[in-house]
Amino acid sequence: MEYFIELFFSGLTRGSIYALIALGYTMVYGIIGLINFAHGEIYMIGAFTSFIVATVLSILGFPLLAIFVIAALAAAVWSSAYGFTVEKLAYKPLRNAPRLSPLISAIGMSIFLQNYVLLAQTSDFMPFPQLIPEFGFMEPIAGIIGSSDLVILLTTAVVMVILTWLIKFTRIGKAMRATAQDRTMAMLVGINVNHVISVTFIIGSALAAIGGLLIASHVGQINFFIGFIAGIKAFTAAVLGGIGSIPGAVLGSFILGLTEAFATGYVSSDYEDVFAFSLLVLILIFRPSGLLGKATIEKV
Amino acid sequence: MLELRSVNSYYGNIQALHDISLKVEEGEIITLIGANGAGKSTTLMSISGVIPPRSGEILFKGKPIHQMSPDKIVALGICQVPEGRHIFPVLTVAENLDMGAFLRRDNRQIKQDLEYIYTLFPLLANRRNQPGGNLSGGEQQMLAISRALMAKPQLLLLDEPSMGLAPLVTRQIFDIIKKINTEQNTTIFLVEQNANLALKTADRGYVLETGRITMHDKAENLLSNEDIQKAYLGI
Ligand SMILES: Nc1ncnc2c1ncn2[C@@H]1O[C@H](COP(=O)(O)OP(=O)(O)OP(=O)(O)O)[C@@H](O)[C@H]1O
Ligand SMILES: [Mg+2]
Repeated sequence: MEYFIELFFSGLTRGSIYALIALGYTMVYGIIGLINFAHGEIYMIGAFTSFIVATVLSILGFPLLAIFVIAALAAAVWSSAYGFTVEKLAYKPLRNAPRLSPLISAIGMSIFLQNYVLLAQTSDFMPFPQLIPEFGFMEPIAGIIGSSDLVILLTTAVVMVILTWLIKFTRIGKAMRATAQDRTMAMLVGINVNHVISVTFIIGSALAAIGGLLIASHVGQINFFIGFIAGIKAFTAAVLGGIGSIPGAVLGSFILGLTEAFATGYVSSDYEDVFAFSLLVLILIFRPSGLLGKATIEKV
Repeated sequence: MLELRSVNSYYGNIQALHDISLKVEEGEIITLIGANGAGKSTTLMSISGVIPPRSGEILFKGKPIHQMSPDKIVALGICQVPEGRHIFPVLTVAENLDMGAFLRRDNRQIKQDLEYIYTLFPLLANRRNQPGGNLSGGEQQMLAISRALMAKPQLLLLDEPSMGLAPLVTRQIFDIIKKINTEQNTTIFLVEQNANLALKTADRGYVLETGRITMHDKAENLLSNEDIQKAYLGI
């Protein structure tokens, strides 16, 4: 039983990270109908930014909590700048082009960013400083849930609450919902759709960057390729939940995380991806629009 | 109030509007009639900035607006009720109306305007908490017009408000259009395929054929014009 609970929490931790990335995929898809293949790289850049900031700050002797917060903010800002720029450079000029063009542009951006970081940082794994200490009060249950799992779960929960508030109750959230439902009509009620699209990329990138920081400090090392795997997994989660749906992305992420955790724990870690993608195939066969997705014809 | 000068608009390489020139005076109802695919909707979308013209000028109160983005044009007081109504399907009736007031900040006045709308359309008041997608065609048209009114437009562009509606409902909608024009002093640019009704409602009319204006005159003259009768009125 204890083993089961341990796996359960490890699944929730994975799910949290997937959710932070999957939200970016699903929000962008909801607004402009594009699968932003470069999103995994935005996450990777977030991890690298927090790596650099955290390394410098620890050399300077900052306290851990300050390092964690400053690294998270720096990663969110820097990744957002990338997300914003990628949209302006690679997607906006193609907004009225055939649907395949921005998709290819997205793949190009992904490859470009990967290689750019490869050249800047080499392909070696970098040791990521341990930002989350082992809390004393966690000691009695440390066998079931670790301190960094706890921090990941709490951070994700806080981020989700903020995001929900933003989308439900703010003016920009209202504009985002309107744009996702009917872009032309959103323009006709006076919404600046370009602005909404930029904000969507910024929010999605910031969430992914925080995911990057959390997972990097959990795993303890990063390299230029981490965005590829994480990106594909999070994309899978978004499709599983119904791409375009925000609650769907979160649900899909937790299902995927739990599936992987139990597959690893009870079968073998060799099978984690087999289970994850089998699940995806099954869902797509029986519910093509995903668990919470609208039953519309796929655009891509 | 609004003037189009030699406007040319395109979809990709296909030209949909050829040298469109027309004028709308303050306070009047003008109508643009034409067959399927003539370019009526494109004309309205060009005015609203959704399909910006490739050449030509659009002036609103003497100021060029043809290079402005759609939201800036709405902010100037030009609102469109597009063809097919475009109700936000998941939003409730009340939220749809609220969306119409997106650019306004005067919350108290917005509340009052909402009450005015609900007295104008009691049907909408009864269904205010239902998703807009659940309304019937006529109700959706009322909601679409109301949503545009929530922006307090000076110029209201209406694209085929009678589309898909029963004759009785169409009557109601047109009565309301007249009422908006007289009571709110809103200038109205009405696009219609139902030329008979449109010309009876409007002060002046333009006729659009395959992207070109072929005729314009007082509405009563167009109604009695033989060519128009043959082509558009089925007489
Ligand atoms: N999105 C589009 N892409 C390409 N061509 C288009 C598009 N929308 C309209 N057209 C073309 O532009 C021309 C004018 O279309 P428009 O919709 O303005 O006509 P309309 O007068 O509003 O017709 P209707 O009465 O059917 O609404 C038509 O030939 C149409 O096929
Ligand atoms: Mg039309």
